[in-house]
Amino acid sequence: MARTDAGIKTRRLTVPILDEDLASLEIGTVVYLDGVIITGREGVYKRVIEDGEEIPGDVTARSNVSFHCSPAASIDEQGNYSVGAVTATASFRFAKSLPDWFAKTDCRVIIGKGGMSPKHYRDIFVPAKAVYFTTVGYGTGALLGRGIKSVEDVFWLDELGIAQAMWVLNVENFGPLLVESDLKGNSLFEQNNKEINANIDRLYEDLKPPSLSRYGETDNKRDELI
Amino acid sequence: MIAIERVEKAAYDIMVKAGIEIPQDYEQGIRAMQTHEKGDLSYFVLEAMLENYDAAREDRRPMCADTGLPRYYVKAGNEARIEGGFIALETALRLATARATQDIPLRPNRVHPINRQDNNNNVGINAPEIDFSFEPDADWIDITTVHKGGLFGTDYRMLFPGDGIDGIKRFFLDVMIAFGKRGLACQPAIVGIGLGGSKDTCMVLGKQAACLRTVGDKNPDPEIAALEAELKEMGNSIGMGAMGFVGSSMVVDCHIEVGYTHTGGMPMSVHSFCLSSRRATARVHNDGRIEFRPDPAWFTPYMRRNTVAWQELMPA
Repeated sequence: MARTDAGIKTRRLTVPILDEDLASLEIGTVVYLDGVIITGREGVYKRVIEDGEEIPGDVTARSNVSFHCSPAASIDEQGNYSVGAVTATASFRFAKSLPDWFAKTDCRVIIGKGGMSPKHYRDIFVPAKAVYFTTVGYGTGALLGRGIKSVEDVFWLDELGIAQAMWVLNVENFGPLLVESDLKGNSLFEQNNKEINANIDRLYEDLKPPSLSRYGETDNKRDELI
Repeated sequence: MIAIERVEKAAYDIMVKAGIEIPQDYEQGIRAMQTHEKGDLSYFVLEAMLENYDAAREDRRPMCADTGLPRYYVKAGNEARIEGGFIALETALRLATARATQDIPLRPNRVHPINRQDNNNNVGINAPEIDFSFEPDADWIDITTVHKGGLFGTDYRMLFPGDGIDGIKRFFLDVMIAFGKRGLACQPAIVGIGLGGSKDTCMVLGKQAACLRTVGDKNPDPEIAALEAELKEMGNSIGMGAMGFVGSSMVVDCHIEVGYTHTGGMPMSVHSFCLSSRRATARVHNDGRIEFRPDPAWFTPYMRRNTVAWQELMPA
């Protein structure tokens, strides 16, 4: 008999998310958001961090939540935005940009795919008093799309294109998201990986190694590759 | 003669269908996996995904915003004649891609690899890919579109005959574990494996096995079908489930395709389709009728033929 998800806690939070809300979040809790969130990925980080451009408008005052994503959106001839779905992209690639991003924006929550390494939480997130929410299944684009009430602004659309532009989204009951890291730097993925790693040697014990090896940074199956 | 306007309509309609409606065989596969899932978080992820499929269908919005690399597979009957020929067909498919990207909307994912130029329509140099195959004694064309994420879950390795089945199992586990952690491969997915051929054939066979065969389908060779079942079971006993959480939901189904290869080698490729496995097929009949089909039926007996002349295999 399969278990159910009945034991999983759910919280609904308003953005900007308050310090006391952040402090009380436990890893593995399901979260839904109301308020304004900002998207950003390679193109936005390059503009803001590498090129030193200012973030337009007052968006950083309205939101302390950044989303590693880009929407499935189009713009009609009248300039109206149609957002169908939103799905996160893998966050580990943006680790090098985050210290400057946190410093420039007062961002306290990163939403994305797959979380960051434990070292990134320790060295970057904990000092910035920031936490990480992961999207669920990574394909819940329709549910997240439902949570978008309106597009408040789009910046650098001409320069970066639809997928890379900075979208300012007004959201309601936006989720599900899972709390992956807390303010102490605890990680849900790390906790799960420890349990899974205990089983890995058993999987390989009867299989002889291949005749030609490969160069690589790691051959330890307990290691993560991010 | 198949009117080119019907080809464009079919190509557009399946783009919409693939983006919004999860294939039935895949949804049933996920529901079946969920009944065996004992990990709380992995179970919760599957539940959220099932809700997401419903939301996409109800709202007519894409189930996943990462359009992946939308592309086409065309199977042309040997007797099929298309208005304007295959050049017109390719134009129609590129046009349908651009139109569907704007209308659905799909995320314009296709960019130049170096300067990152985005035409905002999923069309560009060598994009979308259009692969062709042929079928004897038919006057229809089947068009399938696949929207598959492209960043994680695929790998290639040259193994050698002496590595045997152990080598295949090890490499399979390597890929499942490497990309399964944190769910980078968006599992549980249909896993396709290419064995043999030349390097490029090996990659193509594995990709097509993942994206163009339905959940529950078995390779007609009993020995390969047994290996498919064994690898599926192995993937689901790693201890890892959806999103890399503790659980068992990794492989919805495993499909293997083989090709004759170099006598000294045994190349292998592994491909993980998505948790939002987006695929749709339409048949355009000679009279212009468009018929949606739940199974791309890409790997026909003719496609897997293993003799000089196809007719030698036909019953007398």
